[in-house]
Amino acid sequence: MSHAFYIFTSYGVTALVCLMLIAWVFLDGRSRRRELAELEASGIRRRSASTGQETRKA
Amino acid sequence: MTESLAITKFSDLANPTRFLALAQRILPYMAGVTALLFAIGLTMSFTTEGDYQQGDTVRIMYIHVPAAWLSMMCYSVMALSAIGTLVWRHPLADVSHKAAAPLGAAFTLVALVTGSLWGKPMWGTWWVWDARLTSVFILFLMYLGLIALNRAMDDPSRAARVSAVLILVGFVNIPIIKFSVDWWNTLHQPASVMRMDGPTIDGEFLRPLLVMALAFTMLFFTLHIAAIRNEIWRRRIATQRRMAARLAGRGD
Repeated sequence: MSHAFYIFTSYGVTALVCLMLIAWVFLDGRSRRRELAELEASGIRRRSASTGQETRKA
Repeated sequence: MTESLAITKFSDLANPTRFLALAQRILPYMAGVTALLFAIGLTMSFTTEGDYQQGDTVRIMYIHVPAAWLSMMCYSVMALSAIGTLVWRHPLADVSHKAAAPLGAAFTLVALVTGSLWGKPMWGTWWVWDARLTSVFILFLMYLGLIALNRAMDDPSRAARVSAVLILVGFVNIPIIKFSVDWWNTLHQPASVMRMDGPTIDGEFLRPLLVMALAFTMLFFTLHIAAIRNEIWRRRIATQRRMAARLAGRGD
């Protein structure tokens, strides 16, 4: 393959950036889900969840 | 009747709780389709013929062009969300443009780096300050500025309004990027896919390019929906913590 360095560096950088994005979104989601579960466990809920009603605009 | 039903459906989706339920349902499918498209696209990228002049470096196009296309599409999505923030004051629109900015910055960076790596063997230089490259670099700086601005302000709805104004002002850069290759004499080539008279590149290169463009677009929307969901959770956590602090204060 001609110019292998340029081609594989391009694909490598792209893969690295995409994987970092995926990992960041995934880990962020996991941490937030854990925090929500901790709050729920300590008895703090959303007002709509605690009353069992969902606020909805007409 | 149909129109009012469509509007009701749309406003239902704009309800954060409903959005979370929808995201939960569709994200696994979107991730699956993205992975499948990348598998097909990458296989095509390395099994199709090289160009008779550019040789194998044409394969850089299959990631450079989709990343560049996404860098502009992401900004357009942010501009639409910014209108949602300023006109309807909808919190989901605030969340949408905040969540999209880091994704846009990442894809713009990929477009710049892969462009540079393609430029060196084909043009003989890593970088040149022509209109296309400079305007995309400005887009990258704008993404970084928007991320910094959003993080510098404590009040999320105020940050969203200021960011929305800046996003709409910065939108002027998008047509400049698109038409820079026609308006000025640039080292970067003019458009060869999105043309009024149809694509001018051979089907051998067009097919993998379109599959990769679809794969990148699906990746963007999957990540965007997941990032919006994370941001909604982050705001709910902050609200609940404030509520808990108030309750604790009342208890004393």
